[in-house]
Amino acid sequence: MGGRDSDLVLLDENGIRCDGRKVDETRNISIKAGVLKNANGSAYIEFGDNKILAGVFGPRDVHPKHMSDTDTGIIRCRYHMSPFSVTERKNPAPSRREIEIGKVIKEALRPAVMLEKFPRTAVDVYVEVLQADGGTRCAALDAASVALADAGIPMRDMVSACAAGKVADTIILDVNNEEDQAGQADMPIGYMPNLGKVTLLQLDGVLTPAEFKKCLETGIEGCKQVYEIQKQALKDKYFANGEQQ
Amino acid sequence: MTSTFVIDQLKRNQINDLLEKGQRYDGRRFDEPRSLTIETGVIPKADGSARVRLGDTEVVTGIKIQPDRPFPDMGDKGIFICTAEILPLAHPTAEPGPPGEDVIELARVVDRGIRESGMVDLSQLVLEKDKSVIGIFADNSVTDHDGNLFDACSCASTAAILTCKIPKWEMIDDKPTLVEGQKSDPPITTIPVAVTMARIGDYILVDPNADEWACMDARITITTNSNGNICALQKGGDDGFTPEQIIQCSEIAISAGAKIRQKLEQLRQGR
Repeated sequence: MGGRDSDLVLLDENGIRCDGRKVDETRNISIKAGVLKNANGSAYIEFGDNKILAGVFGPRDVHPKHMSDTDTGIIRCRYHMSPFSVTERKNPAPSRREIEIGKVIKEALRPAVMLEKFPRTAVDVYVEVLQADGGTRCAALDAASVALADAGIPMRDMVSACAAGKVADTIILDVNNEEDQAGQADMPIGYMPNLGKVTLLQLDGVLTPAEFKKCLETGIEGCKQVYEIQKQALKDKYFANGEQQ
Repeated sequence: MTSTFVIDQLKRNQINDLLEKGQRYDGRRFDEPRSLTIETGVIPKADGSARVRLGDTEVVTGIKIQPDRPFPDMGDKGIFICTAEILPLAHPTAEPGPPGEDVIELARVVDRGIRESGMVDLSQLVLEKDKSVIGIFADNSVTDHDGNLFDACSCASTAAILTCKIPKWEMIDDKPTLVEGQKSDPPITTIPVAVTMARIGDYILVDPNADEWACMDARITITTNSNGNICALQKGGDDGFTPEQIIQCSEIAISAGAKIRQKLEQLRQGR
């Protein structure tokens, strides 16, 4: 972690964090499914101050052709941050960080999607971070997962994501930007809540084995909370007319 | 470039059948890494270097140290940058060209392990705050590719940093100027070790070789520091882990990492 010192109090004596949350509380999360007209599936998520759009196309023909697999469909993911999404303008060309995040999101979604039903095709997931405020990869994965379901692509489970971390020697849920910059550890987690499998896991920062275990448990609890919000987003779209749920 | 291993179904079946009997294709125990040899000082023109062989995977890593501008928000710290390249001579499927996502991930995972462990105290590498700092560049060239480049590149980078010598610069007329003949040891605080494990079915295998890499369901790379704490982690591959498997992997990474760290400690003492 950066560990830069500043006047920022990450955790006060009452256990309240710099943005007023308790240690085991996520930021406000709202998800809307089906926000784009031309994509096969889409979702928009606001995760604290993160604002992220996800669009899904496919299963469709694979271009370039040599990428296609005769045994299974493939999934591809582009994670991209808009130049205006952060304080200093970001160069719009894809950075190494964005390429890596696209890869880990793709690998987090892969086990959930029944691609073997669609050989020789591709499912393309495009994620655009319109505003970033820490924890974008988790929020992006949450939106991408809802967008895949919205596209009607057969899935084994949702993928729900939330980070856990460590600030002021305390394990916390859902690390925000300030906590990421000045905190001690950040561990994004992606989890399939019904299958009980972790499909995205990264860690920056030092944790003892006991802290690591607690961090994993805390993060998974956060994922379960996100899962309920993802389900509600899909229900809101598909049962909007008061149809039977 | 991206190199993807493809193995035939017969070998895949054989690997799986052996695992059910508690054996690995190359005879190792599940928690046993391949033989590891570390040579340092192999490139005298570099400020530090190492050649690491991990089974039939080989990496040559060079450290170059030079003055640079600090990152805008980190004016009181030196720079550390790690890159990786799979050379086209390393494997028949390796091709020249810009790095693919696999290689970008490789470099970033190696970088993260060393950076997050705080291995090098970068605050001691400042020439003039916000203006000029010392940069450490660790460039990993994979010369022979038999799987698990994460551990090979991490080990080679760590070995090269441990044994590097930092030239001395002084600020003269606002410019960093080399002071000939004065070199110092790097400010090392801890020794990070990355341990990569593959999950094939319910089995966790330490240091998967290329064949195991081709059959794995998912992988995880866990970097630990000298205190036995976890300082970086990356899950990869097309499937996941249960939380219990992740805890199991973290325990394996701590114990397997300790053995590799002993080898690296010896380099440090011998420098």
